[in-house]
Amino acid sequence: MTTTPSSHTASLRMLSNTQIATLKGLIFCLCLVPLALLASAFFRDALGANPIETITHATGDWTLRFLLITLAVTPLRKLTHWHWLVRLRRMLGLYAFFYGTLHLATYLVLDQFFDWNAVVLDVLKRPYITVGFSAFVLMVPLAVTSTNAMIRRLGGRRWQALHRSVYAIAILGVLHFWWLVKADVFEPLIYALILAVLLSLRAWWREQERRRQQSAPPPLATGRSRIIPILPR
Amino acid sequence: MLIKRAADIRSSEITAPALYADRRRFLRLAGAGAATLALGGPGQLLAAQARDLGPLAKSPFSTPEELTPLKDVTRYNNFYEFGTDKADPAQYAHRMKTEPWTVKVEGLVAKPRSFDLDQLYKIAPLEERIYRLRCVEAWSMVVPWVGFPLAALLKAVEPLGSAKYVEFVSLYDPKVMNTRPVLDWPYREGLRLDEAMHPLTLMAVGLYGEVLPNQNGAPLRLVVPWKYGFKSAKSIVTIRLTDKQPNTSWNDAGPSEYGFYSNVNPDVDHPRWSQAKERRIGEFLKRKTLPFNGYAEQVASLYAGMDLRKNF
Repeated sequence: MTTTPSSHTASLRMLSNTQIATLKGLIFCLCLVPLALLASAFFRDALGANPIETITHATGDWTLRFLLITLAVTPLRKLTHWHWLVRLRRMLGLYAFFYGTLHLATYLVLDQFFDWNAVVLDVLKRPYITVGFSAFVLMVPLAVTSTNAMIRRLGGRRWQALHRSVYAIAILGVLHFWWLVKADVFEPLIYALILAVLLSLRAWWREQERRRQQSAPPPLATGRSRIIPILPR
Repeated sequence: MLIKRAADIRSSEITAPALYADRRRFLRLAGAGAATLALGGPGQLLAAQARDLGPLAKSPFSTPEELTPLKDVTRYNNFYEFGTDKADPAQYAHRMKTEPWTVKVEGLVAKPRSFDLDQLYKIAPLEERIYRLRCVEAWSMVVPWVGFPLAALLKAVEPLGSAKYVEFVSLYDPKVMNTRPVLDWPYREGLRLDEAMHPLTLMAVGLYGEVLPNQNGAPLRLVVPWKYGFKSAKSIVTIRLTDKQPNTSWNDAGPSEYGFYSNVNPDVDHPRWSQAKERRIGEFLKRKTLPFNGYAEQVASLYAGMDLRKNF
C-alpha cells in the first residue's frame, strides 16, 4: 500500500509555496484566455454580425463566471481541505472585476460611444442596467481594498465585513442577466442555480457552526476572542 | 451626402460573398445533383435551390441604402423555434423541410383555400423590395427581399366585410425544432386588415435574388417594414381572417413589452431599453431610429387619431 487515493488527495492538501506560485501563474494566464479569444476573433473578423453585442455578452458572461468561481473557493476549500485555494481567491476576484470593467467599458465606449445622456437615462430607467451598474460600483471598493496593505489597514474583521458585499454583487449580477433576456431565461437560470448552491452551502455551514457553538460549553472569557468564525452573525 | 446606388446590376446578379466563399460546397452539391440526374434520380437535392424566382420587378418602395451583407442577413437571426441564440437558426433551420409546403388561407373569406408554392409564386409578379428591418432589440439591417404584396394573396380569397384582422401562424414542428417553452408555440402574429392590405406589406419568398434561406423564414414569410421585426412572422402555414384582434405570441409573453401594433417608434421605449437609437449591422455608431422605421409618409395615416403611446 504505497499509493492510495487518500494519499494522493493528501498531497494536494499540502502544496509548497513554489507549487502554489506556479499554479497561480498558470491560472493567471488561463484567466486571460477569454480575453485572448475575443481579441483573436476580433482580428479574424469572427465576432459575427454584431461585434459590439458579442463583446458585451462575452465580457458580461465572464464577469459572472469569475464571480461564481471566486465564490466557489471557500466551499471547495471546505470540502477538499485544499486550504491553499484561498490564496487564489484574490486573483479570481480581481479577474471578475477586470472583466466587469471591460464589460462596462464596452457599454460606455463601443455601445453608447460616450452618449452620457443616454447612459444616465439607462442607469436610472432600465432596471437591468440599474442593477448591473450597482453591482459594478459595489465591486470597486472590493478591488481597491484587495491589497495586503489595505487588509492590514482595515483590520481583518472590517475587511471581511466589507468583502461580504460580494454576495450582493453576485445576486445583482445574476439579476442583471435575468432581467435583460427577452424570454429565454435558461442561461440566467443556470447562473442563479449555481449561485444558490454556493450561498446555501454557506448558510448551512453557518447554521452548523451556530449549533456547534451553542452545544459547546460556554467559552472561557479569554478564549472568546480567538474564535473567529468564517461566517459570524 | 453620398448616396450609393447601383443602377443596373440587380443584387441577385452579384455573387454574394458568402456564396462565393462557399463555392466549393456549391460545386460539390451541383456535381452531386448532376450525378443524381445522370443516374435517373429525381434530382430532389437541388429542388429548393433550383426554384427560379424569374425576372424581378423593381419597386419604388425600395430604399437606396447600402445593403446589409448576405452573410449577416443569414447568420444573425431571431427564429426562436430553432434556438434563442442569433447563430442558432443558421445552424439548425436546415432541418425544416420547405417543399412541399401549403399555406391555408381561411376564416372570414369568401373563398378559403390552400396554396402550394407554385400557386403562391403566381399570385402576383415577384418584385425585389429593399427594406429597412428594425428589430425590437435596437439593431437594424437593409434587406433586399423578393416577394409579392400580401394584398394580392388576400384579394384572391375575397375577404368578407366582417373581416377586421389577419392572423398568421408559423410552422411548429417539434421534430425539427428546438422546443423549449420560451414562447407559446406555434408562433402567432397579427395585423389589422388595413395594415395587411397596405402596399408596403410583403409576403417574401426570397432575398438577395434567391429563394429564402430556411433561417430567414422559408418558404414564405411576412415582411412589415414599419413594425419591429418580430411582427414579420416566418415560415407561415396558416393565414386566418378574423373579426377580433388575434392573440400574438410576444404580446402573450410580455403584454407590457410587446404591443399588438409594435410600430417602430423612437419615442416609446421598450420598458427595458431605449428605442431612440439603433445599430445598423456593420456600422459602429448608432443612428437615430425613425418613426415607423422611416415609412411614416406611407403608413402614418393608418394610425390617425390613435394614441401610439397606448397602442404601442
